[in-house]
Amino acid sequence: MEWLNTSIDWLTLLFQEWVVVYFQMLPEALQTVILIVLKIVVIMVPLMLSVAYLTLAERKVIGSMQIRMGPNRVGFFGYSLAGFGQPIADAVKLMFKEIIIPTGANKYLFLTAPLLSLGPALAAWAVLPFGEGIVLAEVNAALLYVLALTSVGVYGVIIAGWSSNSKYALLGTMRSAAQIVSYEIAMGFALVGVLMAAGSLNLGEIVNAQRGDYGIVSWFFLPLFPLFVIYFISGVAETNRAPFDVAEGESEIVAGFHVDYSGMAFAVFFLAEYANMILIAALTSLMFLGGWLSIFPASWIALVADIPVLSWVVGDGIHWFFAKMSFFLLLFLWFRATFPRYRYDQIMRLGWKVFIPITIVWLLLVGVFVIQGWFGLGAA
Amino acid sequence: MPEIRNYTLNFGPQHPAAHGVLRLVLEMDGEVIQRADPHIGLLHRGTEKLAEYKPFNQSIPYMDRLDYVSMMCNEHGYVLALEKLLGVEAPERAQYIRVMFDEITRILNHLMWLGTHALDVGAMTMFLYCFREREDLIDMYEAVSGARMHAAYYRPGGVYRDLPDRMPRFKKSKYIDDKKVALLNESRGGSLLDFIEDFTNRFPKLVDEYETLLTDNRIWKQRTVDIAIITPENALQLGFTGPMLRGSGIEWDLRKKQPYEVYDKMDFDIPVGTNGDSYDRYLVRVEEFRQSNRIIKQCVEWLRNNPGPVMLDDHKLTPPKREDMKGDMESLIHHFKLFTEGYTLPKGEVYAAVEHPKGEFGVYLVTDGANKPYRLKIRAPGFAHMAAMNEMTQGHMLSDVTTVMGTMDVVFGEIDR
Repeated sequence: MEWLNTSIDWLTLLFQEWVVVYFQMLPEALQTVILIVLKIVVIMVPLMLSVAYLTLAERKVIGSMQIRMGPNRVGFFGYSLAGFGQPIADAVKLMFKEIIIPTGANKYLFLTAPLLSLGPALAAWAVLPFGEGIVLAEVNAALLYVLALTSVGVYGVIIAGWSSNSKYALLGTMRSAAQIVSYEIAMGFALVGVLMAAGSLNLGEIVNAQRGDYGIVSWFFLPLFPLFVIYFISGVAETNRAPFDVAEGESEIVAGFHVDYSGMAFAVFFLAEYANMILIAALTSLMFLGGWLSIFPASWIALVADIPVLSWVVGDGIHWFFAKMSFFLLLFLWFRATFPRYRYDQIMRLGWKVFIPITIVWLLLVGVFVIQGWFGLGAA
Repeated sequence: MPEIRNYTLNFGPQHPAAHGVLRLVLEMDGEVIQRADPHIGLLHRGTEKLAEYKPFNQSIPYMDRLDYVSMMCNEHGYVLALEKLLGVEAPERAQYIRVMFDEITRILNHLMWLGTHALDVGAMTMFLYCFREREDLIDMYEAVSGARMHAAYYRPGGVYRDLPDRMPRFKKSKYIDDKKVALLNESRGGSLLDFIEDFTNRFPKLVDEYETLLTDNRIWKQRTVDIAIITPENALQLGFTGPMLRGSGIEWDLRKKQPYEVYDKMDFDIPVGTNGDSYDRYLVRVEEFRQSNRIIKQCVEWLRNNPGPVMLDDHKLTPPKREDMKGDMESLIHHFKLFTEGYTLPKGEVYAAVEHPKGEFGVYLVTDGANKPYRLKIRAPGFAHMAAMNEMTQGHMLSDVTTVMGTMDVVFGEIDR
């Protein structure tokens, strides 16, 4: 054990004397950039891995709902491990496929569209807090930023369908545009409710506004229940997932907006869809289910504060955030296995005639709640 | 100002919802269908012409391949026409077997329809649930005829052989262990009749399960209610038959109105719709699941208690026993003649129709006294339904085209023949 201690000491020394010293010798601007890039990597790598394994989870979960097995062949080193290598095999396959660009397509827009789709889905993560103060960019207008970015994502879909120069793709685009105008508004109103209740646009503060003495009961999903449901349903519509997958409409317009995409260009759309699902799940948990807050009342947490592992499990922490996200992701998959697809005029009717009126009425009620001081911040 | 024009969309033949090889040329105004023009014939195999060059019995397997999801019902129509012209009737046990397998086929067909219809509308789980039950039904086909799909089981003068006493069982292999084998063989312990009876006991609950997923589902209702309404008058004029006609509220079923085989001894009801929309046709077909189940139960009950021949003893028409052929010259000659030349039908013409799962499946046969038909015309129910495509989709949206195709229950094997 002697040698181990020495080597650890030596490594620590190396880090302090060399890495830190050299790092501090760099110009300050560069230091900031490097730190930010490192933080981005720390967020992006697990995110992309989750995206990859969400596809496997989807196939497994839907498989079990449909009395079949889902992928169970590809594994590592000769062990199938319940198909654990499948996402990686899929990625490798897609990378080696040719990206076919249709003759009549606008090449630049055609190739820009997937990036426009994926970019916002990833950029939104910059303002998402994972725990108390654990956030890449502490932005005070985070909610507006998120709303803006999730709306930009639809341009990817619209440009993809339009630039493909195919009738089927154009139909997908048209549906997507119609869908977005009917859902963005309901979604925005739902967020206004959160904003009024929390008194802040900062996501970290929104979570902290949900902190109460009674755990789960203090979260926003109870007083804002209709907004919570509408936000999540609009989120499903925004990510083009079943039952709102009209832009893709497999049995109607084959693959809709991405019917002409192949290889990695197609894979990027795929990644964007799943990254968006995770994003919506994260946002819903932050805004309505108290993000990283524990489900248990504060008094219970205080009770087990001295027990080593239990106190960590019961207390607030990032694991609660992940558990809540997983719940919403499961809902996404469950919807897909259960529901038939809406027709796109029916989606618009639902958006305009049901969701928007409900949100407006509930916003008035939230206003009353706030004036009455039922959110704790009303007086301030 | 540029002129605003409709555009045409080529829907199929390479389309996931085209049910095989339908090519629809749609004239659309945005997403709204102005005119739908079905182009058929991509699966044409010349069945009717091929039959003119073959002894009668050799055309039976072609009938399986017409509507390839309701095989035995097609055979039934053909065999019935032959028997009608020959003036023979199958033994009673054979008639019960035919009725039982007609109804098994009806469930088989409707399961396929329900699965693909739901899949077209976007509910993909239904498809796999339906195929779970289809597997059992196809095992019944396999047990009785040796083939899982194209059975060639009905013959003029009866059925090819009696029901087996032992249902084939799963064996242990590299992929299925003892526990799995026991589970798979749970209902296969006895004869085929035991297996069928077990199925009829299980099946109503499964139909309820399908209904929980769809019948009261708001999205399913939004997608099917008031889609492709066909009034009773229209349905008659368009030549609709089967569930398409009954969905419009006309109580017409050949099994009741022109009973063939032993349908007049069966106790069952004919479901009819009220509005003639896709949802009504859905309900009609789901109810037919239950009625078919009832008929199968009655057949199983009768077949258990009444053993007997399943084939006529007339060796000019049916093959002699194998063991007779070994010692009996007459039988050997009969066998040789039957499998080379076949039999001849008296000169004349005949039309026989059965209530096929999709509607009235009719066979019109003209003979000139030879061992082959002079002309064979098949009246496929799907053809008349397909012809109503324009009528049913006009004014609806593109998404409804898939619903309409689902509700028509089209199979191109019979339409293109």
